[in-house]
Parts: sequence; structure tokens; C-alpha cells
Amino acid sequence: MEQTEKVVNTKPNFRVKSRKSLLTPKNVPYVFIAPAVLLILIFTVYPVIFSFILSFQEVRGVEKSFVGFANYTRLFQDPVFYKSLLNTFQILIVQVPIMLFLSLLIAVGLHSSMLKGKAFFRISYFMPAITALVAASIVFMILLDEHFGLVNYLLSFVGIEAIPWLTTPFWAKVSVILVMTWRWTGYNMVIFLAGLQNIPSELYEAASIDGASKVKQFFMITIPQLKPVFIFTVVMSTIGTLQLFDEPFILTQGGPNNATMTITLYLYEAGFKFFDFGYASAIAYVLVIITAIISWIQMKLAGDES
Amino acid sequence: MIHSKKLSSKVGVYCLLIAGVVISIAPFYWMLVGSTLPSGEIFRLPPKLLPGDYLAQNLQSLNESLGFAKIFWNSLFIALVYTLVSTLISSMAGYAFAKFTFKGKNFFFFIILCTLMIPSQVTLIPLFEMMVTFNWLNTYQAIILPTLASPFAIYLMRQNMKSVPDSIIEASRVDGAGELKIFFTVILPVTRPAMAAVAIFLFMSQWNSLLWPLITLNSKEMFTLPVALSSLIGMARIDYGQLMLGTTLSTVPIMIFFLLLQKHFISGILGGAVKE
Repeated sequence: MEQTEKVVNTKPNFRVKSRKSLLTPKNVPYVFIAPAVLLILIFTVYPVIFSFILSFQEVRGVEKSFVGFANYTRLFQDPVFYKSLLNTFQILIVQVPIMLFLSLLIAVGLHSSMLKGKAFFRISYFMPAITALVAASIVFMILLDEHFGLVNYLLSFVGIEAIPWLTTPFWAKVSVILVMTWRWTGYNMVIFLAGLQNIPSELYEAASIDGASKVKQFFMITIPQLKPVFIFTVVMSTIGTLQLFDEPFILTQGGPNNATMTITLYLYEAGFKFFDFGYASAIAYVLVIITAIISWIQMKLAGDES
Repeated sequence: MIHSKKLSSKVGVYCLLIAGVVISIAPFYWMLVGSTLPSGEIFRLPPKLLPGDYLAQNLQSLNESLGFAKIFWNSLFIALVYTLVSTLISSMAGYAFAKFTFKGKNFFFFIILCTLMIPSQVTLIPLFEMMVTFNWLNTYQAIILPTLASPFAIYLMRQNMKSVPDSIIEASRVDGAGELKIFFTVILPVTRPAMAAVAIFLFMSQWNSLLWPLITLNSKEMFTLPVALSSLIGMARIDYGQLMLGTTLSTVPIMIFFLLLQKHFISGILGGAVKE
């Protein structure tokens, strides 16, 4: 320490040189990736592997014993697990298309050039995307109250009788879908809007000269040009929905009668309500496999068409 | 004739768009109003649409049941430390992957891309066991460390670092600048917009995160905002005024930042999916 100081004091140039010899262009990339790689190895790669091993074990307190495929066979005979799979897919199949359709519709509406106040609309529609899912779910939990909620109150003006939003299986799913749609439509809309803005205007000009109508232009130019953006939003929404947790956890706690039990919510209950770590790990791995298959199918579909 | 048809269709589009805006914004307004009302008033029909005078009482009861200042601080501290360190780590890694050739580069990058594809739920159980072993339950590091190296942020920074011209790096080396100096004084300043977007993305994902904090935090004074709010719902008798105020306090700071920095915010939350 003393010596370095001396060197620095007498010949400052030495300091620069000695530092240079410590970090060379050859070793510096390893230094730069070290924190990220170490953290990922410890907190992601190790748990992913360990979770796989756990899924073949039974955990009782601190004792673990290998039980082969027992967790998986139990899983495939578990009606609640099937229900959580079914719920997740039902929500996925209804919610994602509705939301993306609305997003595209709003984006096209905003993109039509005559409109004023585009920035205002863009900010307003994006607002829900900055709220915590917990906060959004809490607000909607109150708005959707069967007897005193604002939504049923407004519906009563158009003659619709009070809807039991959170207390019947069918409407509970609808409620989850409503919250998700409210939270994510603007988010996807902004992605579509950016996609629309990136379509070269020459394409439309050429089509107009050829006498193509606006509707025809939409289907012949806009839709094909938006395809990569569309695939991106579909993949992201699908992956997000497969991991659905916050909304049903807050809104309905998975009920009524498991109607909003999702894969991740079931994993949470198995792991941290019943501390059945082996079983929860098996659920997690089924989720990994489902996610992998669906992503692969979507990529494949996207790749084959283009 | 044609002109009036065009005009009416324009008015129609406007009306629909404004209806959408109302649906997007109304819940926020209603949340703000709710935070100033006592629990019973929130469920009164016809609904109260103007703020009441119960804000102070709601704040008091929120503080009594949760110790709200501490919880707000927990969330803020965790999110800020996480954002700062994670942005730095991902910038460093992104820089190395974008601008250097080294042995094992593809292998390491492949690992990072793989973890990007895997649902994080898989890591929950082993991570929880790890936290128990380290005796880290109810600590800040338990929330911060596991996701500190974000593969998504690394990927984004790598993409952005790629567009930095090699020539300026080479020029600095010729001038005798050390590698660290090049990184901090040459590279980071030119990638500031990307860093801002990544930082906002990281901040929001941490500020809003529920599942992992819910698992690792069980003592009230360590709760983050989402965990605290979800704990209010679990109570036998929910105080809705208090709940609305808690929700408001967790949302309004983000809303203000969003309105101030909207462009950065939008590209940040979209994770660089949109370039502006």
C-alpha cells in the first residue's frame, strides 16, 4: 500500500501502466461478465437443476428420499391440477385474442393520420401498464363487488341484473380476464402502434396509385407488415398467461371451487401452503415443458409462413 | 356528402377512442377517491365520485395495521439498489458480449439465453431452501440477489452496445486509457438512453413483484408494498378505505414518474421492444 502511494506520488505514469497490466483487453471480458455469470449460475442454473432432482423426491421436513416418478404419477391423477391446466388454457384462449384484437383496433384508430391528440391517447392507454398487478386486482375486486360494486351499478342502468362477478365459477374467470385485458391492452397497443409507424409509407402510396381501397390496403399491406410484431405479442402474452398468478391470487384466491386456480397458483399452494416441495417441483417442470412446447409451436408457425 | 361522411366517421372513431380512455383512466380516479373515504362510503350506492375527508384517518389506520412508512421504504430501497446494481451488471456483461471476442463467449451467452426461456417459477422451491439455509428469510438480499442478473437486461444491453462504433474504443486504447476507464467514460455515456430504459424496466419489475417476496417475507416490518397490500386482503374484516389508500400510495409515485418521463418509461416497460 505504502509503496504504491510512493510510486503514484513520484511517477504518476507508473500507475496507469500497472493498472493496464491488471486488466488487459484479453482478460477484461471475463471480469465484465463474471458478476452476471456467477449470479446466474448460483441463483438460476443451480435451482433449475436442483428443482428437477426435487421433482423425483419426497421431502419430509429436512429429509429427502427418492420416489421415482411418484410425484408425476400423482400429478396426472390430481383433478385439481387438471382443473388448473384447463383454467389456464381457457383464460389463455379467450383473453389473448380479445386483448390483441382490441390493441390492434386502437392502434389502427390512433395511427389514422387525421387524428389529433395522439400523444394524449397513447399516454392514457398506457397508464394501466404501469400499475402493479396487485393494485389493479385490488381496485377491480372492489369495482366488481356483486352488491355494491360500481360495475354492476352502471350495468343496472342498461337493465342488466347484478352479475355475481367474483362468486360464481364462470364469472370469476371472466373477472380475471377483464383485469388482464384492462392491464395489458394499452401495453400491446403501443407495440402495435410502433409497428404501424415502421411500415414504409411508400407501400401505401404505391397501392393507392394502383387503385387499392383502404380496406384492401389494410389486409394486403398492414397485416402482413405487422406480422413480426404480432408474433412477438402473441408469444409474450402466451408466456405471461401461462405464469398467471397475481390476479387470481388477489381477486379470488383461486376460487370459487377452484374455478380460477392456475398452474402457478397451484404450485404456490403445494409448495408454500402444504410445503410439499417435491410435488411443487413436479408442477414447475410440467409448466416448463408446456411453455417449451407452446413456444416451439408458435416459433415454428411463425417460421414456416414467412 | 362525402365530406360529411368522412367527418362522421372521424367523430365515431374519436368517441370510441375516448370511451377506451375513460375505461383506462377511471379506475385510477376511483382509487384516488376511495383513498379519501371511510370503508363504508366506498360501497355506497349511488357511488361517491368526489373526494371525501377521510384521508388522514385512512393513513392513520394504515400505519397502525402495517407501519406503512417502513413498508414504503422497504419497497423503495429494494427497488433502487436492485435497479442500480442490476443495470451496472447487465451493462458490463452486455459490453463484453457485444465488443470482445473471448474463449467461451458463445457458451456463456447460450446459458444466459436459456435462462431467459425458462419460467422463473421453476427456481422458487430451491431458492426458498437456499434462503432458509443462508438464514436469509426476511432480508433485503433475499429479494434483491436472485434476480439481480437479469438475462433480459443483459440481452438488451448487448444489442445496444453492438451499435457503439469499435473505432472509439480503439482510439481510447491508443490514447492509453485503461479498460475500466473506457467502459465508464466512453461506453456508458453513449449508451445512456438504453441504460435508462433498462433501469426503468428493472425498477418496475421489482417494485411490482409479488410472488417471490410473498414467499420470502413473512414478518410485517420487512414486507414490500405488493405483499403488504395482499396481506390486507387476507384479513378477516377488510378496511377498504385503508386498502384503497395503500394501493394509491403504491401507484401514484410511479404515475408521476411515468408522466414526467413517458417516452423512456414506455420503451423501458416494453423492454426495448419499441424503438423511438
